[in-house]
Order: sequence, then C-alpha cells, then structure tokens
Amino acid sequence: MIISEQKPREEILEMLKGKEKVFIVGCAACATKCQTGGEDEVKEMKRELKKEGKKITGTIVLDTPCDERIVKKDLSSLSSLKNSNSLLIMACGVGLQTIGKLIDRPLIPALNPLFAGTTERIGRYYEYCSLCGDCLLDEFEGLCPLTRCAKGLLNGPCGGARDGKCEVNPAPARRSGVNDEIDCVWALIYEKTKEPLKTYYEPRDYKKILMPGRRVVR
Amino acid sequence: MSRFSERLKSKKFIITCEIFPPKGTDLTNLLKKAKALKGIVDGVNVTDSQRAIMRISPLAVCHILKEKGLEPIFQLTCRDRNRVALQSDLLGASALGIENILILSGDHPTIGDHPEAKPVYDLDPVQLLKTARTLEKGEDLAGRRLKGTPKFCLGAVANPSFEPLELQVLMMEKKVRAGAEFFQTQPIFDLRTFKDFQKKVSKLEAKVIISIFLLKSLKMAQLMDEIGLKIPKEYLKRLEKAEDPLKEGMNIAVDLIKEIKNECDGVHLMALGKEEYIPEILKRANL
Repeated sequence: MIISEQKPREEILEMLKGKEKVFIVGCAACATKCQTGGEDEVKEMKRELKKEGKKITGTIVLDTPCDERIVKKDLSSLSSLKNSNSLLIMACGVGLQTIGKLIDRPLIPALNPLFAGTTERIGRYYEYCSLCGDCLLDEFEGLCPLTRCAKGLLNGPCGGARDGKCEVNPAPARRSGVNDEIDCVWALIYEKTKEPLKTYYEPRDYKKILMPGRRVVR
Repeated sequence: MSRFSERLKSKKFIITCEIFPPKGTDLTNLLKKAKALKGIVDGVNVTDSQRAIMRISPLAVCHILKEKGLEPIFQLTCRDRNRVALQSDLLGASALGIENILILSGDHPTIGDHPEAKPVYDLDPVQLLKTARTLEKGEDLAGRRLKGTPKFCLGAVANPSFEPLELQVLMMEKKVRAGAEFFQTQPIFDLRTFKDFQKKVSKLEAKVIISIFLLKSLKMAQLMDEIGLKIPKEYLKRLEKAEDPLKEGMNIAVDLIKEIKNECDGVHLMALGKEEYIPEILKRANL
C-alpha cells in the first residue's frame, strides 16, 4: 500500500491561510491503514481546524479517492462543496489528483506520501517495491535489490555494509536508540541463495517507468 | 597500453596511492603533493567526490596530472551519472589518454555534504565494467557504432573486512568476468584479515592491490575501528602512547607493508592529505 505521513500542522495551516471554509476528504484505504487519513484522523483534523477558526463545511472518507468512479459517485455531487473555498485532502497524491480531475476547487495536501511499503505495525513501515514495471523477484528469492539496496545494485552488494546493515542507515535513528537500521538486502539474499552473485543482470530498462507515467489501456 | 597497465602485466610489485581533488579550483596544494609522488608510485588514484563530498572533477585533475608526467587512475562512481554521462566520460577519458579507470558504486549521497541530492546508480559497478568493455568493441550500450574506439585498463574495489567474506569474493569474481583487471581494497590493519582474504583471492585472474592507511591519530584509529575495519589493540596502544601519533602511524604503515608485501600483488597507500610522507614510508618499507 501507499505509506504516508501527516504534514506538520503548521505547514497545513500555512497552506490554508485565507481559505476559511474547508471541506476535509479522507481515504478509507491506505491512509486509514497508516492512521493518517481515516475516520479518526479526519475527526481530529476537523476539531483542530475549528480551534484555529476555520469553518468546516463537511467531511467524508472516500473508499478509494484514487478511483475516479468513487470520487464521481460519492464526492462530486455533494452540495456542501459549493460552500467550500478549499478541500483538505488526507490521501496520497494519486487521491488528490484524481479528485482534482473532477472538482474545480483548491486542493490542499495534508499528507506526505512516502512509498509503496509493508506495515509491520502502525508507525513501522518498510519500502519493498519500486513499481519498476519489470518484476525480477523470482531471481532474488523474493527480495528486491532494486528497492531495498540503497543504491539499487542489481549485481551484488557494495562494500559498505557492516554486520548485515546498510551504510546509509539514518544517524537520527541511531541516536534515538530505535533499532530500525536498514538491513543490507544483499546479506539477506545471500543467506537464501548464492545464485544471483554468479549471474549477470543487464542494466534496467527505465523506459518502462518513464515519467510522466504509464497509461495502461486494455 | 598505459604505463600502469604494463606494470600490472609484469610480475613486478605494484605501488599506487590516492589524492583527493580539492573543493574549488585551486590545485596548488594538490600539484605540490603530486610532484613528490612522481616516479615513486605506479599510479595515482584521483577520487570522485569521495565520501559523497562534492569536489572538482577527477577527470580534469587526471588530465592535469597526466600532463605533469604522472600516471593517473580515474575513479569513476555510479553515484552521480546515468549511463549516458558515464559512457560520455569514459570516452572523454580515453581521448585525454587516461586509460586507467577504477570503477566503484560510490558512497551514498546521504552520507556526504549534499544529502539532498538525487542518487543516480543507473548502472551498477558490474554493469559499468561491462559497458566500458562494450565501448572498447566500438559500440555503445545502445548498440550504436562509435567513431574512434577507446582502450581501458579497468579496476574495481573490494572490502577484505566484509562479513561474510565469501560474498565479497563472489562479487570480485563477477567483476573479473565483467572486465576488471585489478582490484584496490579497503584498508587492512589486521594480518589475520589480510591472510584470510589473500587465501580466497589468490586464484583470481586479476591483480589485488591491498590498501594501507596512514593513521594520523588515536581518534582516527578508533573511528576506523568503529566502522568495522578491525584495528589491532596493539596499534591503538602504540598510537595512544606515542608523542607524535603521525610518526607512529607511519611506523605502523611501514610495519604492515613489510608484513604483507611478499604475499600480495601490490599496495595502495591512503595518506589522507599527508601524501608528502609516502616516499618516506615506501623507502623505509624497502620498496
């Protein structure tokens, strides 16, 4: 799923300056799972914005704000939108832009979308997939070096890891004493198989993930 | 064929060292150091914004060193250039007569002085080695013909302190298959580490040049130990007791070279700004 975090309140308030009538949109999918844009977070946001003197014209948590059909069905026709001079979107950038295609109002992002990741528990997420358009997981025992190696090295590790941990481990995490150091994915792969160390992998075909994105039609 | 390449092909002991390009355009200091190294070493590595700290282009510095009669080894990392820029710089190096290339992934930007930079790593070092060999065949990665064909002497890096060591050795074998003719290692301080490593790489079809690091202080040694480079307690004690730690660091370097020189293909001296001491270290180590 899309892992996200909430932007700092001050940043949100700054973006909402001069916009007094705010409609809040949450996401019942990824942002609910991350506890960044579900029912509870939307309620909390409503409370806080009211305290700041904003008028909340309405709130909704869409099943999937990234689906135009859902936005059309559940959001577009809401009359309270007409009374709003901005929509605060508590969903990822895909959700926000999907809403933007259908609703002509200023949209304010309340979240920072981070990556496609897995949830160990709330607040502990790991990026596992780069959506690269050419999955090679069968080659690497289900461990993605493109995503989970900081340098995306396909042919094996650099010399920087120690004790099985990556050289780019964030210093703040070390200082805080939280043991969330990034594993060297090549150490993990090597534990399972040596084959990828003996095979040559060609450079990736990045035209498969060329910005500005694919449009798959079928 | 480059002088360094000829040396690799001979049975002779290889001596290399490295100098760091400055942050800025003033090369006075660098050229002073380079002068002291002329005729003393077989090759001088010019680092590519090492530790991800932005510095003047190593290709420019290599060119200037070559003009001064030194034998440069151009360090080329995968960190900052995509495959277009990498091939372009390889061709540029060749046109400037710079054939010796050391290929490495490059320290990640997040540990350097521009942590906001976008890391590239479009190719990995194995792919880049192959790419350089492809250029030598007269075509680029896209299969297009080149007008004028480059010639390279290619090297790669390895870390003898890496655990598990076999993983590094497998990588080295892969790099040899991709075109590496020589390796320069991370520094070694511990003879046990050296011997274990040497045993595993002796059959490799490439020259393995072992790095010797000039410890300048106890603090530096402790830092190196912390990052996993295993500094023997004896050396830490010697540095602690020494009145002049830099001098003691030189003694340690000399001792280490004497210990290993008959069991390896060559040494690479990392003096971190104290390159002027390299001639003395080599002399005292009877090289």
